[in-house]
Amino acid sequence: MSAATHCPYCALQCAMFVEAGPEGAPATRPAAFPTNRGGLCRKGWTAAELLASPQRLTRPLVRAERTAEFTETDWDGALDRVAAKLAGLRAEHGPDAVAVFGSGGLTNEKSYLLGKFARLALGTSQIDYNGRFCMSSAAAAGTRAFGIDRGLPFPLPDLASAEVVLLAGANPAETMPPMMGHLAAPRLIVVDPRSTATAEQAVAGGGLHLAPRPGTDAALALGLLHAARAQHLLDEEYIAARTSGFEAAWAHAAGFWPERAEQVTGVAAHRIREAARLLGTARGAYVLTGRGSEQHATGTETASAWINLALALGLPGREGSGYGCITGQGNGQGGREHGQKADQLPGYRRIDDAAARGHVAGVWGVDPAELPGPGRSAFELLDALGTDAGPRALLVLGSNPAVSAPDAGRVRNRLSALDLLVVCDFVMSETAAMADVVLPVAQWAEEAGTMTNLEGRLLRRRAVLEPPEGVRTDLEVLSALARRLGQPAGRFPADPDAVLAELGRASAGGGADYAGVTPERLEAGEELFWPVADARATTPRMFLEGFAHPDGRARFAAVGYRGAAEGVDADFPLLATTGRVMGHYQSGAQTRRIAELAGAEPEAFVEVHPDTGARVGLGEGDWARVVSRRGATLARVRHRAEARTDTVFVPFHFGGDQAANNLTNPALDPFSRMPEFKVSAVRLEKADPADPAEPVPPGAAAAGG
Amino acid sequence: MVTHSARRIVVIGNGMVGARFAEEVARRDPEGERVRLTVVGAEDEPAYNRVLLPGVLAGRFGPGDIRLPVPESPAVEVRTGTAAVELDPVGRRVLLDDGTALDYDEAVLATGAGAAFPPIPGLAAADGAPEDGVTALRDLADCRRLGALARPGGPVVVLGGGVLGLEAARALAERGMRVSLVESSPWIMRRQIDRPAAEILAGHYTRLGVAVHSWRVASRWIPGTGLELDDGRVLAGDALVVTAGVKARTGLAAGAGIAVEHGVLVDDGLATSDPRVHAIGDCAQHSGGGAGLVQPGWEQAAVLADRLTGACPEARYSGARPVTRLKAEGIELASMGEAEADGTAETVTIADPHGGRYAKLSVRGERIAGAVLLGFPDPASEIARMYEQRAPVPADRLALLTGRPAPASDQGAAAADPTVCRCNGVSRADLESAWLDGARTRPDIAAATRATTGCGGCTRDVDALLAGWNGASPLPAG
Repeated sequence: MSAATHCPYCALQCAMFVEAGPEGAPATRPAAFPTNRGGLCRKGWTAAELLASPQRLTRPLVRAERTAEFTETDWDGALDRVAAKLAGLRAEHGPDAVAVFGSGGLTNEKSYLLGKFARLALGTSQIDYNGRFCMSSAAAAGTRAFGIDRGLPFPLPDLASAEVVLLAGANPAETMPPMMGHLAAPRLIVVDPRSTATAEQAVAGGGLHLAPRPGTDAALALGLLHAARAQHLLDEEYIAARTSGFEAAWAHAAGFWPERAEQVTGVAAHRIREAARLLGTARGAYVLTGRGSEQHATGTETASAWINLALALGLPGREGSGYGCITGQGNGQGGREHGQKADQLPGYRRIDDAAARGHVAGVWGVDPAELPGPGRSAFELLDALGTDAGPRALLVLGSNPAVSAPDAGRVRNRLSALDLLVVCDFVMSETAAMADVVLPVAQWAEEAGTMTNLEGRLLRRRAVLEPPEGVRTDLEVLSALARRLGQPAGRFPADPDAVLAELGRASAGGGADYAGVTPERLEAGEELFWPVADARATTPRMFLEGFAHPDGRARFAAVGYRGAAEGVDADFPLLATTGRVMGHYQSGAQTRRIAELAGAEPEAFVEVHPDTGARVGLGEGDWARVVSRRGATLARVRHRAEARTDTVFVPFHFGGDQAANNLTNPALDPFSRMPEFKVSAVRLEKADPADPAEPVPPGAAAAGG
Repeated sequence: MVTHSARRIVVIGNGMVGARFAEEVARRDPEGERVRLTVVGAEDEPAYNRVLLPGVLAGRFGPGDIRLPVPESPAVEVRTGTAAVELDPVGRRVLLDDGTALDYDEAVLATGAGAAFPPIPGLAAADGAPEDGVTALRDLADCRRLGALARPGGPVVVLGGGVLGLEAARALAERGMRVSLVESSPWIMRRQIDRPAAEILAGHYTRLGVAVHSWRVASRWIPGTGLELDDGRVLAGDALVVTAGVKARTGLAAGAGIAVEHGVLVDDGLATSDPRVHAIGDCAQHSGGGAGLVQPGWEQAAVLADRLTGACPEARYSGARPVTRLKAEGIELASMGEAEADGTAETVTIADPHGGRYAKLSVRGERIAGAVLLGFPDPASEIARMYEQRAPVPADRLALLTGRPAPASDQGAAAADPTVCRCNGVSRADLESAWLDGARTRPDIAAATRATTGCGGCTRDVDALLAGWNGASPLPAG
């Protein structure tokens, strides 16, 4: 046993070997690849542990009611039960009574088949996925500006030749460490409220760390554009030849002279000028955004403000410079292209576009009128569950919304109100633990398929091991359920290569065109970046000839600064922002079950300035309760002298009482429907470790003082 | 769709605050379902950003570059080149200088403030118009006038050493003019900073080629020659820029019988003594202050938009905690609150005349009472935030100014065994024990500990440790 595949976690998709370790159990080892350059972080090094973990699920579990214990059953029994209940609810309440929640961690094949399953086998419009919580703002802004959204429209190694790279709300030193190898040479400008590992590296390398108040990134981007223009650094020729809409965008930036941007953001005006000068005079510069800038109720406008800056400096669509967003989840790119999004069909097509419906219906062999229209976005979908107008059943693949959704307490209440919750997972995640039926599915090293990494590069995931007995792949589950729901044989193949071939046809002619992607090309080591329209095509760098709008021009967006959805007051005087730590991934359902990773970060923490902590009597290592207008989370205090005194940080990898999303605000971006994960008004309290679960009823804040 | 039931609002003034109000309304009511808005502005040009006029003077921007965003709403109409001549609060009607009239349900005064010329001979004609060679610096027309009067290399006098005067002087110097600045108070920026700060600031201006004459009264302007001072000296000047104060434009309100002091009096809802008439920006006078700076005017615009669109009828303007930030290339000055706090405040002062820096931080009840920060750009923004939010200040006041926190005491444990490879959580002790187990090269170390296999940032540190250990204990021969 030794085969090359890719890491199961983030969008960097580091290449690795899976092979027998010293004691015979599977182990991982880094492989040379253009993206990870032979590196792995500790998550990758320990990824194999869960393959043989006693904690993984190997039998379908069912229970008659939520309060009962799960009992093991066989697959036929479990699938029959699920199909019968789904069919019954659909017959009684209509097709939108059943809903599907997918994931940016699913392979392209699963993302595609899941979307098709929802639209045809269930006939529901109610499908969305956790990528709505990740990439939707950058995707909306990128599509608006360039006509199509590919996270990095250039290969990652291009970054190394730049003189300056601006990272807005991205912390790759912590979240995708091997990426830092590409960032060793350029000077970095890191925009982050926190003094992160990436920010420290920027300063150590002669770059800048700009630490805006959470929720003010758009004002900073506008200030940088203003400062760049005042220093005559704009690329006027490029603006005239390759873009439209500059004047209307500038009118907003004109109001953000550096001193005003300083007042809004807290970033000193001279730093704004210096950053603008560094970016604007660099031979080769990139502007990259991450979730820190995007996960806001103004995320699309904020990403647009960064794109405006890049366009004004003439960066996108040129070799050696550009704009990109750093995709987070393993298949966060492919997962947002092939139809598991409420408003989307395969090939990055819109579900409300008649031509797109006609094309996809043709591939699927159905009448376009059979396809449902757009459904609810992720939070709106979760928030409607079990309500009179909302779905009564939910099928979850590859996601753990009980921990990862905003205002998680509210979402858990909605999940509890369902008539049927079915979760496909390989461990008993917090969401699985709430389910009626849990279906044990295969892991990354046990199944084949393709992933699309943060560069839009197609990767081959290989089945290195047989799944344990009793475990099926997600594709097998969908295929078997579809048959039980009356779908014709062959419409939902369980073979990933067959699904890929169909995906290629369904995506052909769309923005994300996979028509020419074949397992053979990938096995032969071809570097395939989409669009891949035919058997020879690959597109490492997009937009060099023109942008994907009909006139070939990129579009400035006339965006201003609106500020965070909620502000501080006497009861909630601090801002909490959320994010990741190196050793954990997403909701932590996987990484908290890996001994080395759990040992390194066993519990939630709150990073706080020592003065801010001291004001409420919280010393290093004390347990704190972080309380927002929605809920509370428990976390151990970590003092950090470099922290902003008005901001605390909580990682979102922990569940239950320690879930950061108990705090977060489900205010949604009007364009992307992204929730405001990154700004919550909070206060800190001392928590009693002996009684850590003291409930904090909503609204008790004012009365309790 | 604009409906007939929409409330008719007439905004008088298309300056920074009037235009901002229209933008705020359009944002809250994009289809014009609740409000129909007409903005009248006396100037011929579209609304522009007055704050950036010194930038136009300095040549950083053209006049077209400082336009304000135009609200994208079918229900907002802007009439430039149209002045209101009378407000009739009984008939709820605004009469315009083109002979037409606008009926309103709500009127918003955003007429701003005009330059106030001190009573010095030669400055203005009897009708108030500036004499030859004299200009204010309030609008683009003034900018153009000044551009026609002054030439690079030529002398210009700025009368009034407040914020605008200092910004203008810096911009003109940047343009290559020889600038003199006259201030009648004992020191420049008398209202915002204390004397020691002003002296250091004057030093900066002197180095930039601006001659600063504080505590000097002008006696007359001699066109073609310059400005004569009370001590008989004459400062040469092709042009005189008067930045010696402003006066709220209150004529329409006063004529309508609305209560006026030095501005149009408004309550927390920004209503005047006539509940259908509102005032925002520099023409308004609120008990919490805020006139003279744009930020409070914009806050007022947002509050009034909340109220008049019904987006938040209970919105209140509670006054300003203004922070003054001088916009002058190469000079970093911020001030807020009391520049000369009394003995009830504890004050930290750093004066560094040689380095051109000065910091004064006054704290009362753990909150910032006032601060003057010259040449301390990085802490200025954080201190301004604490002042605006009335947030408690850190225990280490000096660190707040210098940006150097005292070393944390609780990092001793970590320092004893520092993490070398963050990506894989490998400490120095882990590396040492791998070395003791025989790992002598970086690949050996990587295989044993995974150090260097993540971001690669620790490669140099690992190499250095290995070189040290290998050097101290060479590989045994054979």
